[in-house]
Amino acid sequence: MATVPATAKVVVIGAGIVGNSLVHHLARLGWRDIVQIDKGPLPNPGGSTGHASNFIFPVDHSREITDLTLDSMRQYKEMGVFTESGGFELARTEARMEELRRRMSSARAWGIEAQLVDPEFVKDKVPFIETDQFIGAFWTPGVGVVDSLRAGTIMRERALETGALTVVPNVEVVGLDVDDGRIRRVRTSRGDIEAEHVVIACGVWSPKIGDMAGISIPLTPAVHQMVSVGPCPQLAEREGEISFPIIRDMDTFCYERQHGADMEVGSYAHRAILHEPEDIPSLEQATLSPTEMPFTPDDFDPQLEQAYELMPDLLGAEGAQMRYAINGLLSLTCDGSPILGESLVNGLWTAAAVWIKEGPGVGRAVAEWMVNGRSEIDLSHSDIARFHPHQMRREHTRLRTTESFIKTYGIVHPGEQYESDRGRRLAPMHAAQRRLGAVFFETGGWERPHWYESNAGLVVEYGAAVMPREHEWDARWWSPIINAEHLRMREAAGIVDLSAFEVFDIVGPGALETVQTVCVAQCDVPVGKVVYTPVLDPAGCLRSDLTVMRLGGEHFRVVTGAAHGPVDRKWFGDHVPADGATTLMNRTDDVVTIGLWGPRARDILASLTSEDVSDGGFGFLTCREIQVKGVPVLASRISYVGELGWELYVTVDDAAAVWDALLDAGTTYGAVPVGIGVYGTTGRIEKGYRAFGFELDGERTIVEAGMQRPKVKAADFVGKAAYLHQRESAPARVLCTMAVDDHTSAAGTKRYMLGGEPVLTRSGAPLTDDRGAHPYVTSAGPAPSLGKHLLMAYLPPDEAVVGNELAVSYMEELYPVTVVSTDATPAFDAANERIR
Amino acid sequence: MSTLVCVKRVVDSSGQVVLTEDGQAVDGRYAGFTMSVHEECAVEIAVRTGDATVMTLGDTDAVEQLRAALAVGCTAATHVVADQQAFGPADVAREIAAVVRDQGHDLVLLGNDASDTGDFQVGIRLAYELGWPVVNGVTEVSVDDGVVTARGAGPGGVETYRLPLPAVVTVLEGGVEPRYPTVPGRMRAKKVAIDEREPTSQPQGPGRVRLLLRPPVPSSVQVLGKGAEAAPAVVDLFEQLGVISR
Repeated sequence: MATVPATAKVVVIGAGIVGNSLVHHLARLGWRDIVQIDKGPLPNPGGSTGHASNFIFPVDHSREITDLTLDSMRQYKEMGVFTESGGFELARTEARMEELRRRMSSARAWGIEAQLVDPEFVKDKVPFIETDQFIGAFWTPGVGVVDSLRAGTIMRERALETGALTVVPNVEVVGLDVDDGRIRRVRTSRGDIEAEHVVIACGVWSPKIGDMAGISIPLTPAVHQMVSVGPCPQLAEREGEISFPIIRDMDTFCYERQHGADMEVGSYAHRAILHEPEDIPSLEQATLSPTEMPFTPDDFDPQLEQAYELMPDLLGAEGAQMRYAINGLLSLTCDGSPILGESLVNGLWTAAAVWIKEGPGVGRAVAEWMVNGRSEIDLSHSDIARFHPHQMRREHTRLRTTESFIKTYGIVHPGEQYESDRGRRLAPMHAAQRRLGAVFFETGGWERPHWYESNAGLVVEYGAAVMPREHEWDARWWSPIINAEHLRMREAAGIVDLSAFEVFDIVGPGALETVQTVCVAQCDVPVGKVVYTPVLDPAGCLRSDLTVMRLGGEHFRVVTGAAHGPVDRKWFGDHVPADGATTLMNRTDDVVTIGLWGPRARDILASLTSEDVSDGGFGFLTCREIQVKGVPVLASRISYVGELGWELYVTVDDAAAVWDALLDAGTTYGAVPVGIGVYGTTGRIEKGYRAFGFELDGERTIVEAGMQRPKVKAADFVGKAAYLHQRESAPARVLCTMAVDDHTSAAGTKRYMLGGEPVLTRSGAPLTDDRGAHPYVTSAGPAPSLGKHLLMAYLPPDEAVVGNELAVSYMEELYPVTVVSTDATPAFDAANERIR
Repeated sequence: MSTLVCVKRVVDSSGQVVLTEDGQAVDGRYAGFTMSVHEECAVEIAVRTGDATVMTLGDTDAVEQLRAALAVGCTAATHVVADQQAFGPADVAREIAAVVRDQGHDLVLLGNDASDTGDFQVGIRLAYELGWPVVNGVTEVSVDDGVVTARGAGPGGVETYRLPLPAVVTVLEGGVEPRYPTVPGRMRAKKVAIDEREPTSQPQGPGRVRLLLRPPVPSSVQVLGKGAEAAPAVVDLFEQLGVISR
């Protein structure tokens, strides 16, 4: 009986599509002493890869997922295991047709060939379909199927050929030893392996393995039902595995995929059927394989009926029987993204909740991340470090996936909010906000007012200046009150709840070194200075942007957004010297941030404090403790909305009182509470401020984003060499702001883009930058002070000219746009006079 | 000519069998539920004989097995809604007999034994209860002109029995290939109204102390060879298993 090696550079646990891809890419990138283990036999150890439907539709609204899919398709093709079949996504309703038009936007943005077609076009390629069941379809000729088990074997064999890999199947992990925050050892049923790195690529079992090291891998095994019907004579007469395009019947949440003589019907329409990783049968207990659970036919019957209506001649053919039916297990997460990257235990990596269509791409990206410290494809949305504590609970994953399962094929609005497991993190002034009719959106578990119904009267006051939206889709998850709040802030002042900010302090003798190493901007500044800084990865691509306050000689406070906060906290934590003298303390839950901005902000603050808050007494980008109505407050003069004002940091106990005092004092000056709709969109877009996750990510540079400063600090920092190099050459693309010139659709309705749309020439031809990418809208939002709708996008350098006339495609119609800024120059208050 | 076929909801035992903690039943947590393979064959035979009604005694979940039989061609279903665990073979035979008397069937088909409890009793007790002839453990059944012809393997070869109707026959797997449901069949099954009944009398119970598992049979591996040289041995094995024929 084979035993496991006693030592390894890396142990990859799992031999599904992800683990196999990982060992291949780690070996290709030069790592040796790679050990791969799986509790099952090869080539099909019994996980989700073994029963996958194995088809790939490349177009997704997410760039990250699309890029991983396109890279995977390239790899599958190179291995000779990809068969192109083409694929249709059907619309039975006009709402779905509109969604397919939006899908066309994504296809154009990512440069994938696709077209909208009528039912006859579908019938021509799929003769057994009933055209009276649907009104149109989205045709992607590049859709295909893969042999994921064969691909896994090929990748394992390639790694074996280099001598870098030892594979041991039928070995069960019984423990993971962690010491001093670092993974040390994998304990298995056939002996222990001392390892520098360990990767959990165990699919639906990952949470169970993660628990052994005390880390949360928040995914849930969930059932996806499928049945196989055959032999169907229409299919049997054709050679090979697949000769007809795959059908995704979007409105019934079903697909029909040919599999030789059989038609596989799969469903995402049934109730969410969730399991616990501990309840998955062993190989011996399982009737088929552990992840092919017993079929529950009652759940499938409604879908079967709809599929039959769509293809009666095929599914009802003489002799065609349901000869295989399973409740197949797959992995779902609370936000629908994979779980990748290094966990809170150093050296312990995860690569889970990955579909077949992304497997090889994920394997390559995670291997690059492990070997080079970064991946070519940005993985920000999949980083395991993204989870806040409340998201690490199994209950949260269970509730969210129960809600989202039915949305697998659903029409999901970009602003759509989850309904389950809300109210996890409430600001101290939450009750007061409710009384003001706050409409709450969630970020990082925090309930944040997006706008306040108490400001509805302002909509009447400002009239057409609030740029009301006629179309329901454009106005969904939106209110004209946001624009009214914006105008009132610019006119008087706005008070903003920023409790969700991730706040952490770095204290100790190594604090300066830590922030200097991580941050691009000079952080060796006098106590009381506030620094806004980008953060880079080793290749000089953007990892974050955030603010740092120097509160003492050896005390720095980092403030960043909630969505990316835990990732930033891990990144700083990883750079704190290991001697223990310097510590990173998360202050998010004990510090509340309240923003106060607008031309009357100084008057309001002055009315509550005896301190000198004049420009001379409290300069821009400085911070210090002041008393606000007798309460100690750390005030920081900074702005993300382009107005004079402060961020006020208050303890949880005092926050509600300070909030009330500000609202109360503000009344005299016309101030109102203002939601995140202003802070996150209208205020910032008028000022051209970039947002991480939209304009900024791991595939962009400071130079491309137009954020370079005249000088680079002398101290070393992560990404410095690459950044210096980037500054020497012209960027491959340039972040620009554009204004929409005419919003009127062919139907005469004014339409407002929401982000993600492709930017084209005025006549509708595609644009391509030097790296082969196509420009798309990274952020879209109203600029009420300008009466314009603004769009941001990275344009090819020769298109990045102020006044250049281009077009944006929205729901398959072209709207004229004009470039208004090609660098960080704001569209509103270009000289930044209002901030002073 | 009306046939009644009797099925029981049991745990799928094609994987490792796991018992409940009290040892009274098989745990279906991992394997899911089905009907015994012998009963699948009985259903196949019933459907081939013509007008077939399926019945079961079990809790409300057992309707799944009735629908499965309807999906492959049974045309009516009767459900005696009761806690199966409380019913011993004599109790079950009495309940089936009550259904037969009410509905007036000519032929009753059962599985030879249930894959979970393996009592081997219901068929013969039912025949006794009804005063009908019975033959057990056959694999092929045909009906012609009021006579049932049943064939099965005996100690010395194939045994053939002829019984006058009405009769009870219990079926072993191996003689017929049970069909899978078709899509239209499954949809038809969904629409059939199931005749639900209460048990006619208090059950006496199975009198079972507990179920025990056989000790696991140690598995052995024989390596037939490596690469192309192993091919003849593989062909021989396939032939021996009946996968291929020369």
